[in-house]
Amino acid sequence: MAKTSDLSLPVRLFLRGYRWRRIDPVPFAALPRPVGQCTVGLVSSAGFVLPGMAPFDRGQRGGDGSWRAIPGDADSSTLLDGHRSDAFDHGGMASDPELAFPLQRLRELSEAGVVGAVAPHHASCMGAITATGRLVKETAPEIAARFVEDQVDVALLVPV
Amino acid sequence: MCNQTVGLVAAELERHGIVTVALQLLRTVAEKVRPPRALCLPFPHGYPLDTPGDPERQRAVLRAALGLAEVPGPGPRLVEYRVGG
Repeated sequence: MAKTSDLSLPVRLFLRGYRWRRIDPVPFAALPRPVGQCTVGLVSSAGFVLPGMAPFDRGQRGGDGSWRAIPGDADSSTLLDGHRSDAFDHGGMASDPELAFPLQRLRELSEAGVVGAVAPHHASCMGAITATGRLVKETAPEIAARFVEDQVDVALLVPV
Repeated sequence: MCNQTVGLVAAELERHGIVTVALQLLRTVAEKVRPPRALCLPFPHGYPLDTPGDPERQRAVLRAALGLAEVPGPGPRLVEYRVGG
């Protein structure tokens, strides 16, 4: 488990006064069918984009709260790391994007019958967001609307 | 911040009836933000699915997350991931 003490001094000092956004009340959906019959989608906050997609704005104050839809048949090896934080080692996900966007792993689990299907679209966003207003008011509802349209039953969310 | 970001998106998905499991790399943040279902991982930042280039270990994390999706409410549910467990 990572610890805040692992982070750089400037990051630790920032976090000391940061007010985390508490989810209250905590929503809790019911699983509609066994996971082996569910359509599963991914949300990664690694800031990945596919070639040709507009990159995330690394300089935006408070963080870029936008998102990108990643097709379910995308080649994850072509994902480009656009995460703006220098507070962690990017080497792992640069060498293997599946580490933070496990699309091929999900396809393998679908082929093995562990999950019912891979969603037709997945979501990529920027995790380094300190000002969460746009994320909560626009981005999260947009991702939810896309997942509802795609009849996603279960979403796995991956931070870095 | 990534842990909070995915937690907040997870909450919105749950409000739309989609079951979520948010992987988490900082338990202290997970306890403050309270995603509905959180799988706390023993890995450093940047390595949420364990080891680069190791599909088996990466699938193991996903299998554990999918197992948590089947755990009934109420939330929040915070579960520790154990390698090889």
